[in-house]
Amino acid sequence: MQGESCGGAKARSGIVYALGEVPVFRPGDRIRILTRSPIGHYRVPIYLRGKTGSVEAVIEPAGIDNEEEGYGRNAGEKLHYYRIALPMTEIWPEYAGSPRDGLRIEVFETWLERI
Amino acid sequence: MTVPRQGHDHHHHDHDHDHPHAEIARSERPGYYEIMETAVRELLVESKLIGPDEIRRQIEVLDSRSPALGAKVVARAWIDPAFRARLLADGRKACEELGVSFYDDTQLIVLENTEQVHNLIVCTLCSCYPRSVLGLPPDWYKLKPYRSRAVSEPRAVLAEFGTIIPDDVEVRVSDSTAMVRYLVLPRRPEGTKHYGEEQLASLVTRDTMIGVVPASLDAGRTAP
Repeated sequence: MQGESCGGAKARSGIVYALGEVPVFRPGDRIRILTRSPIGHYRVPIYLRGKTGSVEAVIEPAGIDNEEEGYGRNAGEKLHYYRIALPMTEIWPEYAGSPRDGLRIEVFETWLERI
Repeated sequence: MTVPRQGHDHHHHDHDHDHPHAEIARSERPGYYEIMETAVRELLVESKLIGPDEIRRQIEVLDSRSPALGAKVVARAWIDPAFRARLLADGRKACEELGVSFYDDTQLIVLENTEQVHNLIVCTLCSCYPRSVLGLPPDWYKLKPYRSRAVSEPRAVLAEFGTIIPDDVEVRVSDSTAMVRYLVLPRRPEGTKHYGEEQLASLVTRDTMIGVVPASLDAGRTAP
């Protein structure tokens, strides 16, 4: 797990990164978890779809999209998972516990949008 | 299946224990999912995609994992600050240092309980669990009441385990759903300064590493 993104320093060395190789989000970025309902087996629980939070960390190494893999597709193409932080009060407006309480979940890049 | 007769005869009940009992046999029909599992397994074997020995071996792998491994990891983290730092930075690598192998592609994030944060782990979708270091999850971990309530009313769930978290401490629930598994690093109990590594490990139960209870000097649970 790390927060580093490959920025200017490496770019100056002339290295070109493959599509998807560099994490799109960085720690601290505000994100929304997409509201989608595709057919199949998906790893993003329904209770979090459409909720907003922030990126706590980039999870390394990049992984294959195991939802696509379920159909035998996309082998070898990798993107990052991110550890996403959400306050409980964002998920449950009537949350009874302390307002400090929070949730963490790893979400694949294809399920996040920047806000 | 024919059971070979070896040394004792069930008709006379003169085997090791002295109470009579019915023959141990299955009486119920297998359920839907059990039939499906058998069918898929037999198809995979028939198609030569996996062999029976691979299945048996994987069961042995799973059976070799238990909370004792996690307890060893936690106790080491309590006594060795450098190991603790490596464990928090990369849980999988640090566990591998202690000989705990990971037989799949999952990563391990170790969540440290502190004075400010109490961690709890759950898998709302199914039963993701740090099996490499803890073995198989308890049944309640896989059932819907825990899976749904741990993320919606974690304090009520914790209270049912006898764990009361003050309001000024954050309850942080980690929902593991894909490639990451979590292990809670409980706080080292007060009054354990003179404890050795093995003695410390004896305080670390499965439930402390799921985060439903703190580690404690529960006198009487283990020998002094």
